Amino acid sequence: MEKTEKIEKTEKIEKTEKVERKINLKGFTSQYGTLCGLVGIVIIIAILKPKFLSVDNILNLLRQASINGLLAIGMTFVVLTGGIDLSVGSIVGASGMFAALVARTETGLPWYLAVLVGLGVGLLLGTLNGVIISYLKVPAFIATLGTLSIARGITYMASDARPVPGLSEGFLKIGGGSVGPIPTPVIILAVVLGICFLLLYRCRYGRYVFATGGNQMSARVSGVKVKQIICSVYMISGLLAGLAGVILTSRVTSGLAQSGQNYETDAIAAAVIGGNSLAGGRGRLWGTIVGFLIIGVMNNGLDMMAVSSYWQLVIKGSIIIIAVLLDSLNETKS
Amino acid sequence: MKNIEKSFNTVKVLNGIQFSLKHGTVHALMGENGAGKSTMMKILAGIYKSDGGEIFIDGEKVSIESPTDSQNLGVAMIHQELSAIPQMTVAENIFLGREPGSRFFMDYSEMYDRTEELLKSLHVNIDPRAKVGTLKVADQQLIEIAKAISFNAKIIIMDEPTSAIADKEVDNLFKIIENLKKQGKGIIYISHKMDEIFRIADEITVLRDGTYINSWQAKDINNDILIKNMVGRELKDVFPKVKVPIGEVLLEVKNFSLKNKFKDINFEVRKGEIVGFAGLVGAGRTEVMNSIFGLVPPDTGEIYMEGRHIEIHTPQDAIDNGIAYVTEDRKNEGLFLQMGVGQNITLASMKTLSKGLGILLQEEKRIIEEQIKALRIKVHSPRQLVGSLSGGNQQKVVLAKWMMKNPKLMILDEPTRGIDVGAKSEIYRLMCEYVAKGNSIIMISSEMPEVMGMSDRIIVLSNGLHGGELGREEFEQERIMSYAVSNI
Repeated sequence: MEKTEKIEKTEKIEKTEKVERKINLKGFTSQYGTLCGLVGIVIIIAILKPKFLSVDNILNLLRQASINGLLAIGMTFVVLTGGIDLSVGSIVGASGMFAALVARTETGLPWYLAVLVGLGVGLLLGTLNGVIISYLKVPAFIATLGTLSIARGITYMASDARPVPGLSEGFLKIGGGSVGPIPTPVIILAVVLGICFLLLYRCRYGRYVFATGGNQMSARVSGVKVKQIICSVYMISGLLAGLAGVILTSRVTSGLAQSGQNYETDAIAAAVIGGNSLAGGRGRLWGTIVGFLIIGVMNNGLDMMAVSSYWQLVIKGSIIIIAVLLDSLNETKS
Repeated sequence: MKNIEKSFNTVKVLNGIQFSLKHGTVHALMGENGAGKSTMMKILAGIYKSDGGEIFIDGEKVSIESPTDSQNLGVAMIHQELSAIPQMTVAENIFLGREPGSRFFMDYSEMYDRTEELLKSLHVNIDPRAKVGTLKVADQQLIEIAKAISFNAKIIIMDEPTSAIADKEVDNLFKIIENLKKQGKGIIYISHKMDEIFRIADEITVLRDGTYINSWQAKDINNDILIKNMVGRELKDVFPKVKVPIGEVLLEVKNFSLKNKFKDINFEVRKGEIVGFAGLVGAGRTEVMNSIFGLVPPDTGEIYMEGRHIEIHTPQDAIDNGIAYVTEDRKNEGLFLQMGVGQNITLASMKTLSKGLGILLQEEKRIIEEQIKALRIKVHSPRQLVGSLSGGNQQKVVLAKWMMKNPKLMILDEPTRGIDVGAKSEIYRLMCEYVAKGNSIIMISSEMPEVMGMSDRIIVLSNGLHGGELGREEFEQERIMSYAVSNI
């Protein structure tokens, strides 16, 4: 009896080892699948348009992608908890507009005050989302759909729907300037990414974010303050959207009431392409990086190849669906 | 069923099982959790495919590849977890997927008429137009039975049909079963409750650890023989209960009440003590523990730890006061299936494992390895996903999570549910080691042998009230049961 038990045990161990190897292989394809996709797209575009790989173009591409990058990082936190933030585009608009109003040369106020106002508006709207979702228990989709509309309305009111030009020199450097050869927005993005990596993978906060998304009830029983965590991810998303709004306004050199419209689609797409499950608990930040780079490369490359913007939309949409399809096929196989 | 075999991965869970059911009889299938009863029934119902063996129905060899096959052959299974859709009416549920009417339009009046007829034939008084979600659990179960009969099932499998219903409803159910017998249906009845088995069953088959032990006519066998065959060993071997000196009072719960859940619950737990909580499902045991742990604060009541009054409003408060809670539903309320074993273990201890904002990764790794070793959790790497572990190992992960915090009191709700016998006795061993250090355990358990084998004292709840209390020397199954039903 004991002997057979032992034999069964060793069989079991062998089996699990085999399973592990399979998981590793599967892990490779699912982890690096999107990265391979990115590399593939870059190669195809580079063959068709060699200029694509020039340093100038790449820096330009990164500058363009940094706005969506910031939104996608914020979206990753939200998606990890199983939520969604549809309001980021409108928050970009609102925070950019309020920053522009402060940054006008005629106010005589310093540029950093404008930045703080922009960030403050983003954080405020994010906090509004967080409180409505976590404490008042309105589903994230509905709550952020509401703030999407509210924030856009406020932006139009604040500006009378007119552009706000004439921004101070200091302020314009945030989006348009460079440090050495590297555009300032790219540096900001890199710093934000670094902080978020630490936050997600080296701090207990990040562990709690994953836990909350993975299983809210278990997290609660383990003493995680689930409501605070949920509220906080929308605050992060709002804050980063605020930062994106400031950069965007600075880059286009005036506050525009309609700026940021539909930006949430690219942000959600980047997070999803990066392998973050909308059901929460499963995802990775570097996947999001690959996600927003794919979108950035597509936008830039297709423009270069003079593909019509209508076709661009079709292609982008298809990529989102294919990425998630591959991911779910991987899931069901296991 | 002859020589049925089934393996999951390479683990054989069924080996050479045989089973026969006659028309117009009730055949009870018994065995401990993990003995293979449910697996075997799922094979008959087409949910799992058997790896070997043959199934005959009315003398004809059949092959069951899917639940549809099984249904067409006249087999219906009434699951432990009810599967009705609560927002739909009784009739809609019964005829789901085969609504009467033309190709596009449903004939509601026919549906309701036929349902009414069906329920009448069962002597059940339920409105076919009622939403299933508004019915009592017992009535929902009757709906499932009605549905089975409407399929013209010859064989009806009932998996623990009385686990969630009161005595009076059990009588009603048994009347219906008698009725079905008279109509020549065969019923396979799975239950842990001895008295029920002897009341209703004509034949009894016992499985143990996936093998066939024996079959008897119910009238030829008694309780003791049955238990001995189910467990396969004497009780004292399964429960390694160690005598631990009982110390001062650790926890005192006073006047605990929560509307519609429990009322005037008073008890204390001493250091070194394992206090068992017995009672029927729905007696309010879990609800009391949820309140102690701050998940659902009580309407009234006070908690004292070591004589000091403490306030618990959130789980964090309970944890800070040295209380840990291993919930009944470990998958939904204890684990993060998509996270690694290591991260699951340390999640409740992040505060002590961090410095400032950052996690001490080296320290975390060391402690994880220590815990995996101490609890003998079978994993090939601390990063292995918890979802891929067996039930026993998953439960050990939850225990490790709490034990590394050195709580003074652990509340364990059905700590060995769905765990195989070997892992069970390891968990019992861990419990004993833990109280030997002067800590205490509250254990909710619906398994009589477990609660009697492991507890120093048993508190019985009955319908939300304190039903009675027994010291170890007074343990007796009949007394516990009579306390459990004292307020129903």
